[in-house]
Amino acid sequence: MVEMVTRPYAGAFEKYALANKDVLCMSADLTSSCEIDGFRDRHPEQFMSMGMAEQNMMSFAGGLGLAGFRPFIHTFGVFTYRRPYDQLMASIAYPRRKVRIMGFLPGVTTPGGMTHQAIEDIAIMRAMPNMSILETGDATEVESLCEAADSIDGPVYCRVLRGSVPRLFDTPIKVGEMRELSQGDDVLVVTAGITTEEALRAKAALAGAGVSIRHLHLNTIKPFDSKRLLDHLQSVKHGVITLENHVINGGIGSLVAETIAEAGIEKKLVRLGLQDTYAHGGSRPYLMRYYGLDALALVRGIEGLMNIETNIDADDLDTVRVDAVHSSAKAEAL
Amino acid sequence: MGERVKNQKTTEEIALGIRRRVFEHSMRNNGGYLSQACSAAEQLAWLYNEALNLGEPTMPMIPPPFGGVPAPGNDDYVTGAGYNGPFEPQYDRLFIAPAHYALVAYATLIETGRMAAEGLEMFNKDGSSVEMIGAEHSPGMEVHNGTLGIGLSTGAGLAYGRRLRGEPGEVCVFMSDGEVQEGQTWEAIQACAHHGIDNVWAIMDVNDQQCDGAMSSVMEVRDIATKMRAFGATVVEIDAHDLDAMRQAKKEPHEGQPLIILAHSSPTHGMSFLQKRFPRLHYVRFKSEQERDEMNVSIAKELGIDPVQFDTH
Repeated sequence: MVEMVTRPYAGAFEKYALANKDVLCMSADLTSSCEIDGFRDRHPEQFMSMGMAEQNMMSFAGGLGLAGFRPFIHTFGVFTYRRPYDQLMASIAYPRRKVRIMGFLPGVTTPGGMTHQAIEDIAIMRAMPNMSILETGDATEVESLCEAADSIDGPVYCRVLRGSVPRLFDTPIKVGEMRELSQGDDVLVVTAGITTEEALRAKAALAGAGVSIRHLHLNTIKPFDSKRLLDHLQSVKHGVITLENHVINGGIGSLVAETIAEAGIEKKLVRLGLQDTYAHGGSRPYLMRYYGLDALALVRGIEGLMNIETNIDADDLDTVRVDAVHSSAKAEAL
Repeated sequence: MGERVKNQKTTEEIALGIRRRVFEHSMRNNGGYLSQACSAAEQLAWLYNEALNLGEPTMPMIPPPFGGVPAPGNDDYVTGAGYNGPFEPQYDRLFIAPAHYALVAYATLIETGRMAAEGLEMFNKDGSSVEMIGAEHSPGMEVHNGTLGIGLSTGAGLAYGRRLRGEPGEVCVFMSDGEVQEGQTWEAIQACAHHGIDNVWAIMDVNDQQCDGAMSSVMEVRDIATKMRAFGATVVEIDAHDLDAMRQAKKEPHEGQPLIILAHSSPTHGMSFLQKRFPRLHYVRFKSEQERDEMNVSIAKELGIDPVQFDTH
């Protein structure tokens, strides 16, 4: 049974910020939702309430960067780039300010529907010169995120998990280094964020069906180690499948496609994720099933890629975790 | 009179010099941002010559060519802020929020001895850092403000950071009235008031002009002063061509609030001929050789100089 960690960001951020006095905590009216309410109450001198005004917050953070501070911006990921895109570009990305953008509720991890779901954030940030991108897939990565993000010489966008988060790994994020979770030779599976847990749910069933998986988990999406990926691509017989909590355009599926094309190697690629569509509001397991982002979707994708039938169905996969909608681990039902 | 006058020229002389340089440049280059010199010459002259505490420039008098954008590996990258002096705690910082005032700002740097006159010859030339819309690597600029409305937020952030560090230097933002159509300007004022940021102040060139013409015809903004006060700024309204009023306005107490001086200006001040072009003054091009000649003679006379000699192509 996987260990669940409650609000890993809260304690990790507080510890990191207190040890680094040039770190400032900024929030845009989602303070408890981003697990920094305790920090606000205990360390008001290092906390800034910016209100529901993200455009000002971005340029203001750029100004703080000019004064040598390293602001950590906290809000839902979707609010950090859609409305204030211009400010993000001009005030933070272009001048390479050391602003750490903590984007909570990535992809379909929120039941808030289209307005709350950051489904194209990676594509946007990948296209933005000077921006780095980190994504957390478990509690250990969330706990090590602040230090990893703050080590980057320039701005960084982070997809942060919150609430009750599983612990899958026992080593911290090393920026630029992908995790090699299994070393099979049939199919390469590339996941990031919450889809890594899905791939792990399918691991035993796939092994039972005789499918040998090579599984990579990405926590650093930009900059990206294409050469390392290429080595893994060349170690599998049947091709590669990507599973992402994001639209398939511009995310890790595209990243893998670019690597394959630029290297000129012949490998089949299946990209699973939101297929050029918006999502709607609902629970995470429901949305992951409905939009084909879960363990079963991965199994079906592998069957297509290898042209086999595994006879695996939903009951054969490890149990899906169902978080309580109303939980003390979360500030609200969102 | 208690004001610091660091330059040998008076502020009035500098303002006249700004108008002359912008006029000459526009005549030679078949047009330019003439009306911005008319409206803002006194404001920029006063900022550099009296109001701001700036150190000696750290950049060469003749601007270096474009040195690449900020990027990993471009370690020699610098902004144009060095023309305003070094980043030291006691010195003020200036942001030119409407970056299309760059020509006027460059003329100001020349008139105040911070840049060589040759700098203006590089204006809008390929490979030059003296760009038409001031970039952060352009002389006198510290950030990209070409997207209007981000200047005050940036200044507020820097001011808050300087306050945390205990630096006595203030942050000044030169603004334009068109920026009040952007929501970000109001977000910035409310944030300054909420956090009591009073080491930032602004002077706004209220010339009632924007790209499409008179602001009242493009988007009516109503009473800017009343709105700003409601959002939490201390506001003083003055005649933008009255330097004594400007000096007095800066003395207005504004504890816990940003000070914003609304400088009501004429977009044709000192170049009356431009009234014939009202209200399309954002960027003045010549409609004919005849108009150019008439403008050359008329404005040169008003500015007290000879008409500009230029090649007839």
